[in-house]
Amino acid sequence: MTRLVYFAWVRERIGKAEEELDIPASVKTVGDLIAWLPSLGEDYENALQFPDAIRAAINQEHVERDEPIAGAREIGLFPPMTGG
Amino acid sequence: MAAAPLTIRVQREDFDTQAAVHGLTEGRRDVGALVTFTGLCRDEAGALSALELEHYPGMAEAELKRIGEASISRFSLLGLTIIHRYGRMQPGDQIVLVAATAPHRQAAFDGANFVMDYLKTSAPFWKKEHAADGTEGGWVPAKDADDSARARWKDV
Repeated sequence: MTRLVYFAWVRERIGKAEEELDIPASVKTVGDLIAWLPSLGEDYENALQFPDAIRAAINQEHVERDEPIAGAREIGLFPPMTGG
Repeated sequence: MAAAPLTIRVQREDFDTQAAVHGLTEGRRDVGALVTFTGLCRDEAGALSALELEHYPGMAEAELKRIGEASISRFSLLGLTIIHRYGRMQPGDQIVLVAATAPHRQAAFDGANFVMDYLKTSAPFWKKEHAADGTEGGWVPAKDADDSARARWKDV
């Protein structure tokens, strides 16, 4: 099981801030994950319909799309950041 | 030489700039320049009643630390303090503080500026606007200008 955490409008559209998911072995990278999640339902589809607008972190560090997710404790998905 | 002190705080409460600055200069004789930047919540010409700042707990601190360490090493800062708030802010409220010390002004200015440019695009914070007419204004979109501001540090 992998812990997923969502923020800002990704969190709002999915309808939860975090969850534990059993991710199939065929889902190997962050890019695969963002492509697979919409299969879980309409809320995920809606949250991830513009994949280019999604940023990701593994174990609280920014990662690119080709980053392997094997062994990740926590994966965060969120929109581009707007702090400061 | 001991590593320059780096203080990172992510908090709901307001901060006291004087107290933060004091921590960087107290008892030191080598600091020739102190630059502080404070970001405040503005009302967008009366259209905005509040901002909601969401953050990724744990990662926000970790990312600010990575940015702070990069700035200290790049500009040879003597000290750096970064404070970022989360929660609900009203126009006029303080959101973020960056205070940098160095022997000379250029490093202190650049060090603080570098932190803000990286913070804007890679520290995990998100702003949601609440409009003055009571409606939820929505999430603030990321600005291309912020990406350009960050990119300029690659060329120097």
